[in-house]
Amino acid sequence: MYSQGLIGADGRTTESEEFLARFQARIDAEEKIEPTDAMPEGYRRTLVRQIGQHAHSEIVGMLPEGNWITRAPSLRRKAALLAKVQDEGGHGLYLYCAAETLGVSREEMTEELLTGKAKYSSIFNYPTLSWADIGIIGWLVDGAAIMNQIPLCRCSYGPYARAMIRVCKEESFHQRQGYELCMSLAFGTPEQKAMVQDALNRWWWPSIMMFGPHDADSQHSDQSMAWKIKRFSNDELRQKFIDATVPQAEYLGLTLPDPDLKWNEEKGGYDHGPIDWSEFWRVVKGQGPMARDRIKARKKAWDEGAWVREAALAHAEKRRARKMAAE
Amino acid sequence: MVQTTPLWEVFIRPRNGLSHKHVGSIHAADEVLALQAARDVYTRRGEGNSIWVVRSADIHASDPDQAAENFEPTADKIYRHPTFYDIPEEVGHM
Ligand SMILES: [Fe+2]
Ligand SMILES: [Fe+2]
Repeated sequence: MYSQGLIGADGRTTESEEFLARFQARIDAEEKIEPTDAMPEGYRRTLVRQIGQHAHSEIVGMLPEGNWITRAPSLRRKAALLAKVQDEGGHGLYLYCAAETLGVSREEMTEELLTGKAKYSSIFNYPTLSWADIGIIGWLVDGAAIMNQIPLCRCSYGPYARAMIRVCKEESFHQRQGYELCMSLAFGTPEQKAMVQDALNRWWWPSIMMFGPHDADSQHSDQSMAWKIKRFSNDELRQKFIDATVPQAEYLGLTLPDPDLKWNEEKGGYDHGPIDWSEFWRVVKGQGPMARDRIKARKKAWDEGAWVREAALAHAEKRRARKMAAE
Repeated sequence: MVQTTPLWEVFIRPRNGLSHKHVGSIHAADEVLALQAARDVYTRRGEGNSIWVVRSADIHASDPDQAAENFEPTADKIYRHPTFYDIPEEVGHM
């Protein structure tokens, strides 16, 4: 699933002008930066933070959907949802490993998530109230993720770009299974249609908030663009997403909950109504309806898995000692 | 002291005839668990038919600061390349 526009990036850096210019020249020449290459501290810090937030989002993102695995209405839907949630776990692991190449340890990242220090995508702090939410998440949330992640495949940092290529290959399945689920409800009974419309009403605004604050309000974005960590601005990506989604909603016969949404011939895209940024910041800062539950669930998994990690290490040590003795 | 679970680099052979290629890393207590974790994380859709795992700590890398002296034969050893030698057209493709 996905990271939103990075929250709280800090690209400040103290290297010499000459060093920064040499680094920028490599970036401008579209050279990829690899783990052992010299890089400005601000570049490293921005990436650690962004890749970390992205990884945490994938991991926490398993929870709202995992909530429905046991209640999926058919074996086909259950198999698809299980596979999707497993993919999201995989995405988290690809990304943690990309962040680790920058010198941050997995333990530090886990610790930051569990203590609430690290951020993750605010979208996962909303509850999944009905089965229709599973369809809407695949369609909108994974759809928004795809818009964001495709340009990240060309990110200047090699390990991040490579992880994103693998992630993007898997996202298309996520969005398609979600849209197909929405189709089955939208073209079903009136009750089913009402259920998917209700889910759309709840998820639409949080989905378009996933792209992060408006360009005019997003600090540090310019530095990320110059370093080619980011290739498109938040508003550009949001616009692309809305333009792609409107006809998809029309096909389903569903209404997007924005009375101001209308085609703008001049710009060749849709205009949308004002976004409630106070809600966005509330949710980012951990006041979303499910924020406490999400971290509690991660902590429980971590704590209850401790004996497994310890046993595996003890077993490995025993095998090693036995092998040494035999040699 | 809490022991940390070691890091392993994962290499996958996409199909016979190709070499194993680095795909990422994984944390696991030993090689048996590392292979299982690598299979779950990196081969969910037929990405390969063989996996290698190597402890990350066992990999020794060349110094990026010495990249110039190590890898720059093209600039000053152009005679290593076939195009350095002029062969008349009459001879045909060589
Ligand atoms: Fe994902
Ligand atoms: Fe996804």
